[in-house]
Amino acid sequence: MFKLKAAIIKDFRILLRDRVGILLMFVMPIILVVVVTSIQSSTFDLVNRNKLPLLVCNRDTGQASKQLVAAIGKVGMFRVYNLPANENEKLIADSMHQKDAMLGVIIPANFSVKVKAKANNVAGKALKSFGLQGDSVKQTGYVDPLTIYYNPVLQEQIRLSVQGAIRSAMQLVESRETLRSLYFSINEKPMPEKMEDEMLSNQTKINEKPVSRDGAAITPNATQHNVPAWTIFAMFFIIMSLGGSVVREKVSGSFIRLKTLPTNYVVGLLSKQVTYLVVALLQAAVIFSMGIWLFPFIGLAPLNLPGDLPALFIVTIACGWCAVSYAICVGVFSQTQEQSNGFGAVSIVILASVGGLMVPSFAMQGLFKSAADLSPMHWCLQAYYTLFLEGGRLKDVVGNIIPLVIITLLLQGATLWGLKRKNLI
Amino acid sequence: MAIDMENIGFRYPGNPDMSFSGLSLKIPKGERFGLFGPNGAGKTTLISLMTGLLSPETGAVKLLGRDLNAHSKEVNKLFGFVPQDFSFYQELSPVENLQFFGAWAGLNKRNIQLRTDELLTILGLNDVRDKQVAKFSGGMKRRVNLAIGVIHNPEILFLDEPTVGVDVQTGHAIINYLLELNKQGTTLIYTSHQLSEAEELCEHIALLDDRQIIAQDDLHQLLKDHNMENLEALFLNLTGKEYRN
Repeated sequence: MFKLKAAIIKDFRILLRDRVGILLMFVMPIILVVVVTSIQSSTFDLVNRNKLPLLVCNRDTGQASKQLVAAIGKVGMFRVYNLPANENEKLIADSMHQKDAMLGVIIPANFSVKVKAKANNVAGKALKSFGLQGDSVKQTGYVDPLTIYYNPVLQEQIRLSVQGAIRSAMQLVESRETLRSLYFSINEKPMPEKMEDEMLSNQTKINEKPVSRDGAAITPNATQHNVPAWTIFAMFFIIMSLGGSVVREKVSGSFIRLKTLPTNYVVGLLSKQVTYLVVALLQAAVIFSMGIWLFPFIGLAPLNLPGDLPALFIVTIACGWCAVSYAICVGVFSQTQEQSNGFGAVSIVILASVGGLMVPSFAMQGLFKSAADLSPMHWCLQAYYTLFLEGGRLKDVVGNIIPLVIITLLLQGATLWGLKRKNLI
Repeated sequence: MAIDMENIGFRYPGNPDMSFSGLSLKIPKGERFGLFGPNGAGKTTLISLMTGLLSPETGAVKLLGRDLNAHSKEVNKLFGFVPQDFSFYQELSPVENLQFFGAWAGLNKRNIQLRTDELLTILGLNDVRDKQVAKFSGGMKRRVNLAIGVIHNPEILFLDEPTVGVDVQTGHAIINYLLELNKQGTTLIYTSHQLSEAEELCEHIALLDDRQIIAQDDLHQLLKDHNMENLEALFLNLTGKEYRN
C-alpha cells in the first residue's frame, strides 16, 4: 500500500507539473463543450426561431402563385425576399454566393394555370366518383415542378426541412384550388371566403411530450445532449496525457530502473489508474459545473443534473475507468509518444463517431449500428442519456454499465498481456 | 560469491545468433569489478543478464547465492543499478525522486527520509534538494542518478558509465564515494569507456570482445602479464585498433 501511495503521489506531482497535459485534459474539452453546445444551440435557433432568408422569383401572374408565396411566408421558417419576375437564375446564384440568401425558389410562369387545371382534374374525378357529371378528366393534371436553389453549405437536414415546409405550402394552395373547383362545380358559384378559410386553416394542433422514466417533462435541449456527450469525449481525451506518460516512462531510463526494483510494475499501472480516474472525475465535475452555472451566463440553456446523483457518480466512475484503461492499453502497445498520441486522437474520434457522440446511434445503419456496441463511448453515452434525458435511475443504467465494465476488463487484460509479452512485468 | 554466472546462453528474440554461449563469470563479494570492451562487445547485455533485465536461455545467474530468475523480486532488494541514462523523473526534485524510488526499493518512510538527507549531503545536492531535476546540470543529474541507485544500501551496485559527461570535480567526487561504499562492503560492478578512471576504481577486470570474455584477472596482474603500462594500452593490445560498430 505504501508503494502504491508513493506511486500515486509521484504521478500526481508529475501531472501537476505537466501544464500542457492539464490544458489538454481540462481546458480543451471545456472549450469543446462550450463551442459545440453554442453551435448546436444556434443551429437549433436558426431552424426553429430565426428565419432562413429565401429568395422568391415569381414568374407567374396568377392567384395561385401569390397564395403560394403568402403560404410560404406563413410557414414561419423563412424571411421571404421577392425578386422581380424577369430576373434570371444567375441573380439567384449571385445572391447566394454573396450569402444574402441560402435558398431560392423560382415559380414557373404558368404555375397558377397548371394548378387550377390540376385542381379541376382532381375535382372532376371526385365528382365522377360521386356519380355527378365531371368534365375535367379531359384536362391535364400536371404542374411544372418548383425549382429550389440552395447554397451547398446548407446541411441536408435543413434542406429536407425546407423542402417539407415548401411542400406543405404547396399542398395548401393545391387543396384550396381543388376545394374551390369542387364547390363551384356543385354550387355553380364561388366558395365563400369564410368557409374556405375555415376548411383550410382548421389544423389539428400537435403537442410534444418527452417520454421520461421519472414522469418529469423536461424538454431536452442542446445542453442536455451535448454536455454529457462531450464529457465522455473529454474523459477519453485523457489518452493524450496518460498514453504519452506510459510510453515516456516505458522508453525512458526510469523504466529500466523500475524493472530492477523489488516492486511489480502492475503497482505503477494501478497508481496511474487511480490518479487519472481522479482526473476523469474532476473533468466531469468541472464540465457539469460549467453546464449548471456558466452556461446561463453565456446565453445557453443550463444543465439539469439527473435526480439519481449516486447513479451519475457510478456511471462517471465506470466511464472514467474505461477511458483510463483504454489510454494505458494504447500506451503499452505504442512504441513512441507520436504513435500513442496519433493513434489515440484518431481512435477516440472514431470511437466517438461509432459510439453515437456525433451522429445518434439510432440513425446508424447496418454494420455501423452493430459496431456501436463495441465502442465504450456508446455505452457511456447511453447511460448518461438515460440519466440526463430520460430521468432514469441506477437500475435503468445497469444494462449499460455491465458492457462498459466488460470492455474495461478486456482492455486491462490486453494491457497485462502486452506487458508480459514485452517482458515488462 | 556476489555474482555467479554459469554456462550462460542468450540470444535476443528474433535473432538467430547467440549473444552469449557457455559464458561463465564469478565475482567475489566486496570486489570492485570492471567490465570493459569496445562498442557492441556485449557489456550492456551482460549487465542486463546480471540484473534480471534479460533472462538467459540456458544456465543460471546467482546473486549472493540466490537464483535471479527464480526469486527475481526478492533478489532485486540486494542490488542497486545506476544505468547510463538518467533513470529518474526529470519533472520531480531529488527529494521527490528519492521518496518514490526509496518506497519502491522497499524502504519505509523513516528510512527514506534518513537516507535522503544522508545521500543529498554526501553528494552535494542539499541546496537543490527541492528543485526540479530537469533544470540541473549534467553533473548534478549524474549524482541524482547515483543517489537513487544506492538509496536502499544495496549489497551489490551495478554502475553503467556513472561519470559519463561530467566535469573532473564531479567525476572525482563520484569515484571517491564509490570507493567509500566499497570500503563499507558494497560489491561494485562497473563498466565505462573512461579507462583512466576505471584504473582508479577497479581492482579486478574482465575484457569483453565479440561477446566473449577474452581476459579476466586482477588488473595489476593483467598489466604485468601483458607487459602494459596502463589499462588503455592493455585494452588496445587485446581488442585491436579497428573501428567497432
